[in-house]
Amino acid sequence: MALLELKDIARRFQLGDTTVNALSDLNLRIDAGDYVAVMGPSGSGKSTLLNLLGLLDRPSAGSYLLEGRDVTTLSPDALAGVRSTRIGFVFQSFHLVPRLTAAENIALPMTLAGIPAAERRQRVRQALGDFGLENRADHRPDQLSGGQRQRVAIARATIMQPALILADEPTGNLDRHTGDEVVRLLEELNGRGVTLIVVTHDPSLGARARRQLRMEDGRLQSDSAQRPGAIAEIAPRPGGSVAA
Amino acid sequence: MRFPDILRFARDAATGYPLRTALSVLAMSIGVAAVVILTALGDGARRYVIGQFSSLGSNLVIVLPGRSGTGGFNPANAITSTPRDLTIDDAAALLRGSAIQRVAPLVVGSSEISAGGRLREVMVAGTTASYFAIRNFALAQGSALPEEDWGRGSSVAVIGHKIGQEIFGSNSAIGQWVRIGDRRLRVIGVLKPLGQGLGMNTDELVIIPVALAQALFNSNTLFRILVEAKSRSAISGARQQASDILKQRHRGEEDVTVITQDAVLATFDKLLGALTLGVAGIAAISLAVAGILVMNVMLVAVTQRTSEIGLLKALGASGRTIRLAFLAEAAMLSAVGALLGYLLGQLGAFALRQLFPVFPAYPPDWAVIAGLATALATGLLFGFMPARRAAQMDPVQALMSH
Ligand SMILES: Nc1ncnc2c1ncn2[C@@H]1O[C@H](COP(=O)(O)OP(=O)(O)OP(=O)(O)O)[C@@H](O)[C@H]1O
Ligand SMILES: [Mg+2]
Repeated sequence: MALLELKDIARRFQLGDTTVNALSDLNLRIDAGDYVAVMGPSGSGKSTLLNLLGLLDRPSAGSYLLEGRDVTTLSPDALAGVRSTRIGFVFQSFHLVPRLTAAENIALPMTLAGIPAAERRQRVRQALGDFGLENRADHRPDQLSGGQRQRVAIARATIMQPALILADEPTGNLDRHTGDEVVRLLEELNGRGVTLIVVTHDPSLGARARRQLRMEDGRLQSDSAQRPGAIAEIAPRPGGSVAA
Repeated sequence: MRFPDILRFARDAATGYPLRTALSVLAMSIGVAAVVILTALGDGARRYVIGQFSSLGSNLVIVLPGRSGTGGFNPANAITSTPRDLTIDDAAALLRGSAIQRVAPLVVGSSEISAGGRLREVMVAGTTASYFAIRNFALAQGSALPEEDWGRGSSVAVIGHKIGQEIFGSNSAIGQWVRIGDRRLRVIGVLKPLGQGLGMNTDELVIIPVALAQALFNSNTLFRILVEAKSRSAISGARQQASDILKQRHRGEEDVTVITQDAVLATFDKLLGALTLGVAGIAAISLAVAGILVMNVMLVAVTQRTSEIGLLKALGASGRTIRLAFLAEAAMLSAVGALLGYLLGQLGAFALRQLFPVFPAYPPDWAVIAGLATALATGLLFGFMPARRAAQMDPVQALMSH
């Protein structure tokens, strides 16, 4: 079953009296558990697409079905609810809250969702272990290395056990080695069934994904899985694991 | 988001920006401190005056010559240019009133007192024995003025405590002779030290028989007649009787003013109460200013933390959660400021009381409660706009701002 489905999506920005077509004629279907890399030149609309998928932005036209539900008509608070439980974000610049400790940053989505403190503590402890951050629980972001920061951010993105993780250039601010480490973490999550969509400029990183999307000028220029238009009848691929 | 979590989040946010937080807390605390101190001053003035009036004596009715405005304008009085004077006989006549317990005529002037080569200026009160009872004067030594014919006046004086010390030092003043104006008088009593009374320092007062004082000041009129009613409930009866008797004696003209202590007290109470209220109002303006400052601080906070707001939205925070978080922060700034201001204000009032012990500068409860409530209300009110702005931010734009 498709986790999400975009039909004839367009996203236009109005800049003075010129219209920027950040996305146009976009049709896309992504299956649950898939691992998708989005590539393309700067300004081709990758981030705009990711923001739409993450319900941070609304399309100017077209429809977006997430887990079978049309989310283009939801209220802002309903969208927030979907983001809270179904979607995790990993950003290039980490986006940790500077005054909160690593543990508090990881707990933040649960805090916002009103999950009781005892359960938060238990899940954060688990996550700190999973991401090798046991000794960093009480450190603030400025006391962490870049790789550690991104690991905190990934722990935070997964703490609500979302169905979909969106990562916009997650290794963009990291060196090769720590970048690889972060990618491995994300791929492990995908191995456990979470759908992973990564925007990247790095071809070797993009090549690791099961499916590659190439954007240009706001359009889907190529899709390694299918030729556009022939997707509907094809059965979902078995969710085989990918060598990490 | 759970309530305790919202509070903790707001607290961390506030302490994360110490300068900004300190500034708005300071502004708020100055506002509240101003309310507390200014109302303490206003209410202190009210208590002081009431205390002074109460010390005049109980169940007191005072007769003054001349008609004051309180009875409304009477054209007949306007034509009689000079009001009839009050005389000793007027005072004596008041004793007929059934509700009247005691009457004391009063003449006041200043003169010089000399004895043993020492000379000084004094306030002289000419009155009768009943004056001591009406004003609850106690004697340190000797006795009060004798009961005698008011028109006669024996050559005796009761002197204030300080006068006694200045003129006779450690020697007993009783039985000594003093010269007041052109009279030689024998000291028969010394008042207990009392300190400042309303407009008349009894420690520096000399009390002599009323007839003597009139001769001394070469006049046969009275400054006041003090009347003591038989009981608290008889005060209005005594007032009416005094009025009636004097009207009758003055050929039907109402040319005196009879006031009761209660009425005077009530007037002052109202007047100074209004003053306190006005002062509180002025202080409330500083609270509003503090509220505006909190608003600005919160607007800066929202701008500074735009990308954080974007993140919170990405992590699934609803508009309501974000609004509450920022409102809680504003409320916290105002609450801490209000509390600090309350302590500062109480400290200030305490300092005032230490500096001026006679002045009971206690802030009234209503002012303290209103001050704190206004601080919190303005904080929330002015915190609302920035909180709403934060909640309405576009998440993508917010996330991109760095
Ligand atoms: N808020 C906006 N207002 C106006 N134009 C915008 C806005 N956001 C994006 N755009 C435009 O939309 C187009 C796509 O932008 P987008 O950020 O999606 O590109 P990108 O593929 O992520 O580029 P990069 O690789 O540099 O991150 C660009 O031309 C950009 O200028
Ligand atoms: Mg981008």
